[in-house]
Amino acid sequence: MSKVRVLVGTRKGAFILTSDGKREKWDISGPHFAGWEIYHMKGSPADTNRIYASQTSGWFGQVVQRSNDGGQTWEPVDNKFAYAHNPGTHQWYDGTPHPWEFKRVWHLEPSLNDPDHVYAGIEDAAIFETKDGGKSWSELPGLREHGTGPKWQPGAGGMCLHTIIVDPRDPNRIYIAISAAGAFRTDDGGNTWKPINRGLYSKYIPDPTAEVGHCVHHIAMHPSRPNTLFMQKHWDVMRTDNAGDQWTKVSGNLPTDFGFVIDVHAHEPETIYVVPIKSDSEHFPLDGKLQVFRSRTGGNEWEPLTKGLPQSDCYVNVLRDAMAVDKLDSCGVYFGTTGGQVYASANAGDTWAPIVRDLPAVLSVEVQTLA
Amino acid sequence: MNSHRIRVELPQHLRTLAGVRGEVSLEVAAPITLRSVLDALEARYPTLRGTIRDHDTLKRRDFLRFFACEEDISHKSPDEPLPEEVTSAKEPLLIIGAIAGG
Repeated sequence: MSKVRVLVGTRKGAFILTSDGKREKWDISGPHFAGWEIYHMKGSPADTNRIYASQTSGWFGQVVQRSNDGGQTWEPVDNKFAYAHNPGTHQWYDGTPHPWEFKRVWHLEPSLNDPDHVYAGIEDAAIFETKDGGKSWSELPGLREHGTGPKWQPGAGGMCLHTIIVDPRDPNRIYIAISAAGAFRTDDGGNTWKPINRGLYSKYIPDPTAEVGHCVHHIAMHPSRPNTLFMQKHWDVMRTDNAGDQWTKVSGNLPTDFGFVIDVHAHEPETIYVVPIKSDSEHFPLDGKLQVFRSRTGGNEWEPLTKGLPQSDCYVNVLRDAMAVDKLDSCGVYFGTTGGQVYASANAGDTWAPIVRDLPAVLSVEVQTLA
Repeated sequence: MNSHRIRVELPQHLRTLAGVRGEVSLEVAAPITLRSVLDALEARYPTLRGTIRDHDTLKRRDFLRFFACEEDISHKSPDEPLPEEVTSAKEPLLIIGAIAGG
């Protein structure tokens, strides 16, 4: 019988939630790495027992953990992320040059067919990879050095590379997103990169249609349509159907199009999910009502999904890497909140129930569908 | 080469990361300095590399302090000899996480 394993990173440790295919009763394991911030955990598609975790602390810096047994035991692997060459400067918040400095790993993306090959998105923004299961990390410097790097500025959460998507049909094509530089694509395995931000409009930056400088919060792709991407920008929900060469706004009837998460149904490539947040100055849902919005038309036409979610006095946020879907026949959708709840829907969002209510603030949610 | 048994006390999170309980006891070759003790500590417990001091610059992480004989030695040269009480293992070298937050 199928199982699901939900990997939850929080401000104070990691938690692993497991259930059978019904997704009604859950076992909770954790906290793992108690007291540390777990920015992200993700399992290898090629070996579901292989899981990587980014463990960070303001006191002790970065640790990367690896499990070979589905999260029961862990071993620290290499935690040295040294920029290639002299990293130079990017722009600081006030526009002055500021040296590139490693701060933490935001996102770990195992490759699709090799559990030892993993990409890491870091702050200050750069992409690294390991090909030996984490024993060593090396930068793919072509991203930072392609030309626009000195113009990049941090968003409020830091200058983080938070999204990495590998094209399942062509592993040499990789999409990444940086807050607040924008989206970028490589077609040659990471040697050369180009900005893919045409069509984005960000009224809060000096040139609203600039090549870089957009605060992209998250990007999602359905594996059957690798040229179609969906983006939750700071404000605006966007889509592209030509691998990022041109984006179109699909916010449609959303009550607010500010937000962080976005994801795609596992079996319906035009069904997408967002969690609208009131504004960039008020990081909580509109009117105290936690609502997931679903579009079955690839955007523009959205419906609120509220059954089982709090509809009064709810003022949590849902951070950019804190939504995921499983691959069971009836697609499961999961998201975690800064209030420590992890909500699950076993019916593609029609109804919701909390798996847990009182974890530390949730930073990330990933799901593994197990045979 | 002359070596000394040195006692080191780690903060809780680093004890967990290194997989140790209580104090760490290290054999350190003379001269006994903060640098030589940390070198020996990281050689014995490689998972601590980068968590106490920067990988490349070896600069102390901002929110950690080093104490010897109730004295904060965080800003002294890492190549100064440590006090005799530490080199004779009467006192441990303390690595302490700053109390930060509110």
